This record gives sequence, structure tokens and C-alpha cells, in this order.
Amino acid sequence: MSAPPPDVVELRDVQLHFEEKKVLGGVSLTVKPLERLVIMGQSGSGKSTILRLILGLLQPSAGSVFFKQFEISRLPRRKLQQIRSRIGMVYQYSALLSSRSVRDNVALPLEELTHTSSDEIDRIVEEKLDLVGMAHARKQMPSELSGGMKKRVSLARALVLEPELILFDEPTAGLDPVIASVIDELIISLTEKSEVTSVIVTHEMDSAFRIGTRMAMLYQGKIIEEGEPEAFKRSTDPVVAQFLSGSTEGPILEGSEDAIAT
Amino acid sequence: MEAKSLRGARSARARLNRPHDLSISRLHIRLGSLLTRSWPLPICFGFRSLCGCWERQDKTGFSSLHAGELGHLPPDMADQNRNPDSSGTIETNPVVVVQEIGQKGRGFLRQIGSMFWFIVNTFTETMDNMRRGRAPFRASSFFRHTERAGVGSVPLVAMVSFFLGLTMALLTGYQLQRFGTERLVPGLVAIAFTRELGPLLTGIMLAARIGAAFTAELGTMKVSEEIEAIEAMGISPLRFLVAPRILAIFALMPCLSVASSVAAIAATALISYAYFNIAFVYFTDLVLNALLIRDIITGIMKSFLFGMLIGSIACYRGLNVRGGAAGVGNSTTSSVVTAITTVIGFDTLFNVVYTVFFPT
Repeated sequence: MSAPPPDVVELRDVQLHFEEKKVLGGVSLTVKPLERLVIMGQSGSGKSTILRLILGLLQPSAGSVFFKQFEISRLPRRKLQQIRSRIGMVYQYSALLSSRSVRDNVALPLEELTHTSSDEIDRIVEEKLDLVGMAHARKQMPSELSGGMKKRVSLARALVLEPELILFDEPTAGLDPVIASVIDELIISLTEKSEVTSVIVTHEMDSAFRIGTRMAMLYQGKIIEEGEPEAFKRSTDPVVAQFLSGSTEGPILEGSEDAIAT
Repeated sequence: MEAKSLRGARSARARLNRPHDLSISRLHIRLGSLLTRSWPLPICFGFRSLCGCWERQDKTGFSSLHAGELGHLPPDMADQNRNPDSSGTIETNPVVVVQEIGQKGRGFLRQIGSMFWFIVNTFTETMDNMRRGRAPFRASSFFRHTERAGVGSVPLVAMVSFFLGLTMALLTGYQLQRFGTERLVPGLVAIAFTRELGPLLTGIMLAARIGAAFTAELGTMKVSEEIEAIEAMGISPLRFLVAPRILAIFALMPCLSVASSVAAIAATALISYAYFNIAFVYFTDLVLNALLIRDIITGIMKSFLFGMLIGSIACYRGLNVRGGAAGVGNSTTSSVVTAITTVIGFDTLFNVVYTVFFPT
């Protein structure tokens, strides 16, 4: 085997097919320590799939996925579970366990995966909920919370095991612009404070440029452009340019079912 | 008049031209060629599907279970052989019919295979955690399920068994009275319930009451990505969610079937006293004389088996829900149907095996 990559995550020519449908056709991507990589792309272009591949929830059809020196797709189950506990994930719809209170949701990874005493768990939960500004909602059930609050609880849950990497699946989708900015700020401040690398999947441009220290554009199953946000703004690639401007004129809709016949 | 006959002739010609309109003789020819030319097909097909079904699909917990179903299915064999231009017409090609049957059979075997590995994986993952010196799941979670599945089911099970005991004692009593042998009734009902009806009825009732609840609960969690989130945290959903449920219903099922038998026997005592003048003391004597330890043990062993089956089928169906609210509904229906059928099927199987290997 080659020398272990120094990056936090590395995808090497990853392909993924669901039956006949090609989702990813050779994606190569690296995530460097302490950066906030934003992956952009159209809805349904396989952005979230990349996050699932990093977590080992999906197996690539070809290519390999590395987390640190571990090849995710070849790990035995127990090792994979250990790796997953070092990665936090914030889901688009928060995915809080609806039958448990906010406190129990955040405490779940600690209770199940560590030998922490219950006093200690209470302390950590309190601390993390404080970080996201949700300490007052400790006893509430997820169904009583708004979308933005759920996101924050979900973020606290992802942080509770002190992960090295946090994955965000559309963190601001479906939130109003003010709350979206709040969540963005939270992501920036938390990742800086706790020195954690993050990968953010989004198709909201404002949010992407606010958070990202580096960006990648996924189009038709491939990474077509990768670089600093500034370089992205100046990109000459027609697809990227159209995506950033949100215009209907350009290559993205050509031949697509979404195109409106005129 | 003329127009009518013209139309008739045209439709007759159209019928002749239809490609798949089989006359009996053509059907014979087709069947003949099918048998001579494609006889290895079902054999190869069966062999392949057996191999496919028995593959252990699961390396990473259950996640690859659905990935496996999604991803690596070979393209539909029936689709490959189907005539491309025959879409819309009714398929009468016998090869296709045989293949459809094969497909169905293959799907069925595949399900049995993955259900088997589901149970094995749940067991190994639970054991895995215990070997590392951790409780596999919280006692509170286990007791919450026993409370709901077991204690909560006592009224239902007891009531239904009581009424059934009443009916059975009454009906058999009236028949036996004609021969003056109504004192056989207590033994009859007691044996029937301890050995057969108690476990079976309890199984059917729990499949409907608890199996449905488990499936709907896990299915909803699956649909709202909660299960994936649990897995993404590095917690095995099989150990965390499935194991306490299966264990709860496995442990509580025998207790419930005892409750069922007791309720039925109590009902029989009532009927015997009221209609057939059998005093309670005599009644207990009759029951104790008729019952064998063997009957009771058989019943309890069966209950354990049924509990295991109901729990695993319900949880398996729950974790395999796909497609939103309708998916949860479909899975719940199919969970109850499968569980009830399987319970009755295994009851028969158990009885056959038992009478063959342990004859009285």
C-alpha cells in the first residue's frame, strides 16, 4: 500500500452506481485538516451521497475512501463503528430521535459508546447545549422545537464526542435567512473553537461563501472545479458561472427534464 | 349489414395478426420447445438464486443490507428475455411465465436468507458488545419493551383465551354429554391450551399487537433518517434497537401463553361447574390427571420459538421500510401477515418434528 495520506478525508476516483443509474462517476477529493470544505451542486447530484460514503454507510462501486489512514470501505464492522464515532454528522432534517428528549438525544453517543459516569454526561451535555445556545430546551421533545432549534441540537449531538470531522448535510436548507445566518455563524465559530475539520454540503450560495474556506463543485457525478471561494467567484467554467448566478441560461439545464420548454 | 360483416372480417384478421394469440396447438409447440431446449434454465436459475440468497450480505451492520438490495441486484432476467416490442400485450410466452415464477421464488428465498442473517447479525453484534464488557443495551430500554409487549398484552390475551375457553368447553361439553363423558371436557381444554392453542393464540395476538407496533415504530425511524443517524454515530441499530425488542418478546411470550392457558382453564372450570355439574375440586383433579409435564414443556418451548419469530420478523420489516408513510403502512401489514403465517407454519412444523422424534 502507498504511504498514508496526510489529509483528513481522501476520495480516490470514487464511483457509485445504483443498479443502472450512475450517481458518482470518478470523484477525487481531499479534505485538509481544519478547513471547511463546501461541496456544491444541484439537488440530486450526489452531494449527500459523498457524505454517506465518508461515513461508510454506502460502499463505493469502485475507487476508495480514506479517513486518515483508514480505508473506510475495507474496514471490519467494529473498526468502522469506532471510526464513525470520530466523525459527527448533522442531517438535513436533523434526524433527532423523536422519542427522546433533547438532553437524551445529545447524551445518546456518550451513553452508548463511552464509559462516562452519568454526572459527567450531564456536565458534557450541558456544555454542548450551551455552546449552541439550547441549554434552556434540555427537557423538551424534538417535536416541540422549530427547524433551526432542531439543527442546533443536532449540532450539539454531533459535537458531543469531540469529533475530528463534522459533516453537514444542507445545514441551512429550509430555514429563514436570519436563522440560516445564525447557523452559519455557529458553524464557523464552533469549528474554529473546537479545531475541527468540516465538510458542508449545500446549494445555497450565500451560505456557501460565508462558511467555506475551500469549495468544490459537483456536476454530473464529477468534481468540475475546486478552489478558494475567491477563485470560484472568478471561475470561467460555464457550469460554475451559471450555478453561482442562478441563471436559467447555460449548460446546466440543457437536455435536463427540468428545462422548461419554450 | 354489409358494414357489419366487413368489420367482423377485419377484426378476425386483426386477431390472426396478433403475435401472442396462442391457439392450443401453438401452446403445445411452445411448451414442447420449452421443455426440450430450456430445461437447464430453471436448474441454473434455482442454483444461482440459492447461492445468492445465502450470501452473507452484511459486513457493516445492516446498512449494507439495504445497499445490497439496492445496488448489486443482477438485472432482471425476465426483462432481458422479454420481447422489446411486446410491451402492452399480455405476456403469454411460457418462458417468461416460468421466469416470473422463478423471480418470485428467488425473491422469497432471498428474503428468508436475509432474515436469517438479520437474526444472526443481531446476535453477534449483541454478543460483541458483551465480550467487550459492556451491557449490550440499557436495562431500562429492555424493561420498557417488556412492560409494553408483555404486561400490556395480559388483558387482551387473558380475555380472548377466557372467551375461547368458555366456547370450547361449552361446545365440546354438549357433544360429549350425549355419550355421558362430559368429565373429559376439563382435560380436553387443558391439553389443547397448554400444548397448542395457548402458544398459537398468544402468538397470533402478539403478532398483531406488538409486531405491528415494532414495525411501525422502526419503520418511522427509518423513514425519518433516525436509524441512519444512529448508525452514523457508530452505534449498531441491531444492538441498540432490535436486540432489546426481540429479547423482550422472546422472554415474555411464554409468560403470556401461560396466562392464556390459565385463563382458558378457569373459563372451563366455570362452564364445567355451571353446566356439567363438575365441582372445582373434581375439576382440578381431572385437569391434573390429564395434563402431562410434556404438554406444558412443549407449549413453553413453542412460545419461545414464536416470540423469537414475531420479534425478528417485525423488526426486520421495520428496518427495511422504503418510501415514506405508505412504505411504513405496507411494511406493517406485511409484518403482521408474515408473522401470523410463519407462526402457524412453524407450529405445524414443530408438531410434526415433535411427534416424529418424541413419540408418546
